[in-house]
Amino acid sequence: MTPWQFFVGHQVEILEATASHLTLVLISMAIAIAIALPLGMLIVQRPTLRNISLGIASVFQTIPSLALFGFLIPIPIIGGIGRRTAIVALVHYAILPILRNTYVGLTGIDPAVLQAAEAMGMTDTQILWRVRLPLALPVILAGIRTATVITIGVATIAAAIGAGGLGTFIFRGVAMVSDAVILAGAIPAALLAILADVLLARLERRLKVA
Amino acid sequence: MNAKAPSLAESTILFHNVTYSVNGNAAHPIIDSIVLGIHAGETLVLLGRSGSGKTTLLKLINRLLLPQSGQVLVQGRATSEWDAIRLRRGIGYVIQEGGLFPHFTVAQNIALVPTLEKWEPARIAKRVEELLSLVGLNPSEFATRHPNELSGGQRQRVGVARALAADPPILLMDEPFGALDPVTRAEIQREFSNLARRLGKTIVFVTHDLREAMLLASRIILLQAGRIVASAKPREFLHIDHPEVKAFATSLDPIPGATA
Repeated sequence: MTPWQFFVGHQVEILEATASHLTLVLISMAIAIAIALPLGMLIVQRPTLRNISLGIASVFQTIPSLALFGFLIPIPIIGGIGRRTAIVALVHYAILPILRNTYVGLTGIDPAVLQAAEAMGMTDTQILWRVRLPLALPVILAGIRTATVITIGVATIAAAIGAGGLGTFIFRGVAMVSDAVILAGAIPAALLAILADVLLARLERRLKVA
Repeated sequence: MNAKAPSLAESTILFHNVTYSVNGNAAHPIIDSIVLGIHAGETLVLLGRSGSGKTTLLKLINRLLLPQSGQVLVQGRATSEWDAIRLRRGIGYVIQEGGLFPHFTVAQNIALVPTLEKWEPARIAKRVEELLSLVGLNPSEFATRHPNELSGGQRQRVGVARALAADPPILLMDEPFGALDPVTRAEIQREFSNLARRLGKTIVFVTHDLREAMLLASRIILLQAGRIVASAKPREFLHIDHPEVKAFATSLDPIPGATA
């Protein structure tokens, strides 16, 4: 059976797996952004919290993904087999790029601009929302792009703990020693990653004024 | 030294024995026991080498810094008593390279303080147009540009317009023309000198360029190591017998090879 024949024969199944993969990525990214963005804003003024949170996020980043899934399985509530565990792991991987870029973006602004803002009588809140965040946005978005691409990749491995998605085909194909089945998962996953990268890069360029 | 100035009590800005040091390093204050009255409508130039404390003195006026001892009075009230935001909205501020917001258009940059003060949009638009003309930029051509589409001189003009937007009585300028090429600088200095005369604002201008000080000042204050070492009208300044004045005077020496 050629890959093409398998693709045509399992269209619906592949589309469903792609949709489930995408859902997994979107939920994880939404949670990661909801955590990392405010935290990144918070650590601008708090060096201790900054060192702790960037340190923890970096450590998580170094754990191999299959091992992290393994660690999570025996943990109650957030662990076990299935989507919830997968989301917990994916969020961990997505946090560091977003957190680091939010911090770098907010602190990498020309000091003359910030001093002018302060001297013109802007409050700290106004400086954050009208100056720092808009100027940091392209950098923050670059972090979100990196995190998204990582998450799409790692999410294929989540199939190993029963989270579904395109990884299901890859693991099944490996077990069946079938290139066609492996490719049915690998090609859509690669396309998703490339597409996300291109679209987010385009958005990033449009936001870059300076 | 202050004999010729109007009485200190009438000053718009008054430094009352002000000392400022960083990280409690009281042995080497950046500003050391300064007594200085700046009266309404004068253009006071703070002249000095790098590290003489002139920028620090400027920042003490709009409360970007607070003194360790002594008081800075602005319009009769100590800066420590002022609400920092209110105080700063009434004081224009221009810095080197303009400090313009790169994500704002020229019009949005100029409109900053009026927008914060919630002026009517029509009034803001009118004011922006007025100010662009005032600083010699064609409103229809420049209003919608971003700072990265301007030359250094144009950016500096926008910086001046932005500082004047809400018509503040006081204008602080920290080496505003320092980063410009010499030809553009000379042009913009001459224009600004005329503008300053027409505006009648209290201007405190920081520079290390004696030529610029002579052109713009109604009074020159020379700072050295955080202290005032000379204070005079431009015409009289060069006659002061002080080593630091002489050092600055030497910097005015004619161009090498240009002697007749």
